Amino acid sequence: MESKILNKPIPEEGLSRVDGRLKVTGKAKYSAEYDVKGVCYGVMVGSTITKGNIKSIETKTAERAPGVLAVITYLNCPNIPGYHTDNQPDKGPLKIFIDDKIYFNGQPIALVIADTYERALFAASLVKADYTKDQHQTDLKANLSSGFSPSKAKDYLRGQEDAYKLAPVKIEHEYTLPTEVHNPMELHAIIACWDADDKITVWDKTQGVKSTQRVIAQAFKLPPENVQVTAPFVGGAFGAALRTWPHEIAAVAAAKLVKRPVKLVLSRADMFTSVGYRPHTWQKVGLGATADGKLVGITHEASGQTSVYENFTEGVVNISQLMYASPNVNTRYRIVPLNVNTPTPMRGPGEATGAYALESAMDELSYALNIDPIELRIRNHADSDPLSGKPYSSKFLKEAYQLGADKIGWSERSQKPGSLTKDGWLVGYGMGAGMFGAYRSNATVTARLMADGTLFLQTSVTDIGPGTGTAMASIAAESMGISPEKIRVELGDSALPPSPTQGGSQVTSTVGAAVFDACKELKDKFRQLDGGADSTDYTALLQKNKLQKLEVTTASKGSAAMNNYAAFSWSVHFIQVYVNPNTGVVKVNKAISVADAGHIVSPKTAASQIKGGSIMGIGMALMEEAVIDHRYGRLVNNNFADYHMPVQADIPQVEALFVNKPDPYLNPMGAKGMGEIATIGVAAAVANAVYNATGKRIRELPITPDKLI
Amino acid sequence: MKQFQYTRPSTQQMALDAISKPGAKIIAGGTNLVDLMKRGVTAPDKLVDINHLPLKNITPTHTGLHIGSLALNSVVSENELVLQKFPLLSMALKAGASPQLRNMATVGGNMMQRTRCTYFYDTTMPCNKREPGTGCGAMEGFNRMHAIFGTSNQCIAVNPSDMCVGLAALDAVVIIAGRKGERRIPFTEFHRLPEDHPEIDNHLAKDELIIGVEIPDNNFAKNSYYLKVRDRQSYAFALVSVAAALDIDNGVIKKARLAMGGVAHKPWRLFDAEKWLIGKPISEENFKQAAQMAMAGAKGYEYNSFKLNLAPATINEALKHAAGLV
Repeated sequence: MESKILNKPIPEEGLSRVDGRLKVTGKAKYSAEYDVKGVCYGVMVGSTITKGNIKSIETKTAERAPGVLAVITYLNCPNIPGYHTDNQPDKGPLKIFIDDKIYFNGQPIALVIADTYERALFAASLVKADYTKDQHQTDLKANLSSGFSPSKAKDYLRGQEDAYKLAPVKIEHEYTLPTEVHNPMELHAIIACWDADDKITVWDKTQGVKSTQRVIAQAFKLPPENVQVTAPFVGGAFGAALRTWPHEIAAVAAAKLVKRPVKLVLSRADMFTSVGYRPHTWQKVGLGATADGKLVGITHEASGQTSVYENFTEGVVNISQLMYASPNVNTRYRIVPLNVNTPTPMRGPGEATGAYALESAMDELSYALNIDPIELRIRNHADSDPLSGKPYSSKFLKEAYQLGADKIGWSERSQKPGSLTKDGWLVGYGMGAGMFGAYRSNATVTARLMADGTLFLQTSVTDIGPGTGTAMASIAAESMGISPEKIRVELGDSALPPSPTQGGSQVTSTVGAAVFDACKELKDKFRQLDGGADSTDYTALLQKNKLQKLEVTTASKGSAAMNNYAAFSWSVHFIQVYVNPNTGVVKVNKAISVADAGHIVSPKTAASQIKGGSIMGIGMALMEEAVIDHRYGRLVNNNFADYHMPVQADIPQVEALFVNKPDPYLNPMGAKGMGEIATIGVAAAVANAVYNATGKRIRELPITPDKLI
Repeated sequence: MKQFQYTRPSTQQMALDAISKPGAKIIAGGTNLVDLMKRGVTAPDKLVDINHLPLKNITPTHTGLHIGSLALNSVVSENELVLQKFPLLSMALKAGASPQLRNMATVGGNMMQRTRCTYFYDTTMPCNKREPGTGCGAMEGFNRMHAIFGTSNQCIAVNPSDMCVGLAALDAVVIIAGRKGERRIPFTEFHRLPEDHPEIDNHLAKDELIIGVEIPDNNFAKNSYYLKVRDRQSYAFALVSVAAALDIDNGVIKKARLAMGGVAHKPWRLFDAEKWLIGKPISEENFKQAAQMAMAGAKGYEYNSFKLNLAPATINEALKHAAGLV
């Protein structure tokens, strides 16, 4: 009887966040919050020109300012041995303080170190540079012709090229997404502390402690084990902390120079030029179909901006190769180098951009055909992967359509745009679907059961907010049959067993599977202690065998059988909007997102992740837009007053629904990732709802009131 | 931020003495000034903190309501007398900024916040308002938020206040103390247009202090509305906002007050449209005509021409709400 209860330790609605109390009480420590003895403070100075050279840089006044320990520029930066003598712009990450060249506005030209943050900030305002200016290019649309095909994303052709043009019903439209800047709540921050000449500890905002460890070790020619990277809590990242940025290397170099720990926290304005963004992307989609709505051809072209020193490439057009069963598909992807900092993946990287165009175009086609948009998608449903021909490991997208349609009341929708009103507002419904690869890579987990019954789970993965720790605790509690209160999850430290970087919707699958496997191995060990019996009274077993603890460290990876399947997570988003016919104001009144993400391991945090992704998509559709004044090549809205993302007042009660059917192949839990699909397809759903409400198709995001009047 | 002296006078006289010194600036809530100091847009030598002066009162007078200049935006917006007599002011206040800012911002400070734009804030950009003679970055730049009325070839920034639009519509009077005594000026004449001196936002002299505003009693409480059109529903400046107040008798307009925000260097009263509405029955046709009349002289720039359509649409919508037609 008792063991039956113990085998169901997780309530139906899932665990609350295991670190929720720490977070809401301020006890969770983020990178900038560590109290390190003797710490001093760094503030970056950014270039005020967009392309050219530093002619001279005046640092004397800053150096003489109170409390200043050093002003680092390219003239005096300590040698960073891993940089070699490479000249920029050799393709590769921006190397900081190596020469006088300026590639974008806001590029760091100096780092001021002082004994207090305020003094560093003041001294930074005293650093003055003179420049030789060259003609810059920051305007994507004006530079589309200089785009080229990056080596990682070649043109794709299935069947006949541009076949849509010959179809009985066809549409062809251009869609533009502006730059969306990474702005997680937690500012990027690092504390770098050299413990010896060849040994360093850093507290850093990162999505991958192991990857940061590797990059710092490489840059400073240290053995990786001599670099300890700690990030037990991360206040949102969404891709911004996937890579190690120049400011992190600069802080490490500065700490070496001043022989004191250095803390460097980016300002909000710094974030706009330092940690990447979803790039401004132009797209054109052509769709052709038979009169009864069978796709004849898809052509999807995209051009996205990148920096002049790196070829940032993302899967914008991939979704058109994968999403629907069309015999003819061709895609072309170009990148356009501009005098801007390098983009970086942002939640649903590329795919979210591509889905905005494809799912808007599908909606346009549905009106051209006069077929319900869901019905059109069902008629073109892919039963196996159109790209590889492989069967899907699992796909329940049709069920997801149904769940969402029922929930939002899709039957209330009118196929005629602009025909529904309520209280003087136009009412519209829209939907958009999304997909993203379901992955599993390698991870190692230590599971240690202590004499008091506490189970420790340790691995180096970070939890950037989705609830990784909670999911791990849920899996272990189920597997071991112990109460989740007895489980302690330790994450985000490079000294812990290896795990992947948090990103690409793979962590629950990968690390969760490693937890599952470690628990299985630990249970086997207990079973051996117990002479083959299956008791979950682990403390009694340890006591009986006079053991303080029992532990396993288990490396886990997927099976080769996975290669026989195409594995994806799927989503569909439903939006109801109210649009004021006079002022053009759009209010999202209902937002429902449905995920086919396999078995839902941690329902509460999963729902939270879907809701956050939906809000991000609503922001993408209605407000986010970084604006550059191309005369200066400089952002004009690099602050939260002028760069808009949704606030509470903009967002209705978002509902997250799950198909919740296990994937039989990916991992033992049957779980698939959902971080990306939470956002992919949302912007199109909003734009489609706006069209349904108003009859106005906005193909240039964001959909602000001025575009609707 | 440049180092500065700080003083906290305990009497109005001491405050007036302190602010008359060169390089001195008043600080109340600091929600705009501290921002400008952090960005290096302004660098006072001395801050005169007036928060200890007894200017927080909200008291009825024989002819209306007196609101002290240090009354907080949040307090005024929830004040019972304000809600009962001048709900328009409460609506305008609640449309402004964010709850956190309204908890700090004062009535006088709200009036004194800079008329500004993104080029004013970025010290690497030209701006005649920040640095006279350097040119206007916005004129041929990103001017989506900018003015369509009363611009000059020096400046096209807009006054960002919502409260001020409400007070302008309500015929408020500004009470100003100087070392020679008090003076009163109509609210609509407090702020100024840029003309050749965009660096000057209003008619308050350097050695003067706003001690309060007075709103005369009226019959607009039943039929007033503040409508703010913006890119998001909180913490966003107006694309266009409209304060509309009507005194309606049997479906006919006896008096009307209209003011707009987000369209000019100062709160923009629509006197001609108000006059035209007198004696007219409440109807969408009449409101649309009044709105068209209000647009006389409007001029758009590259990115803000949509305001030429949005402004009349918002006037019409605000009037419909005020009249109870929606």
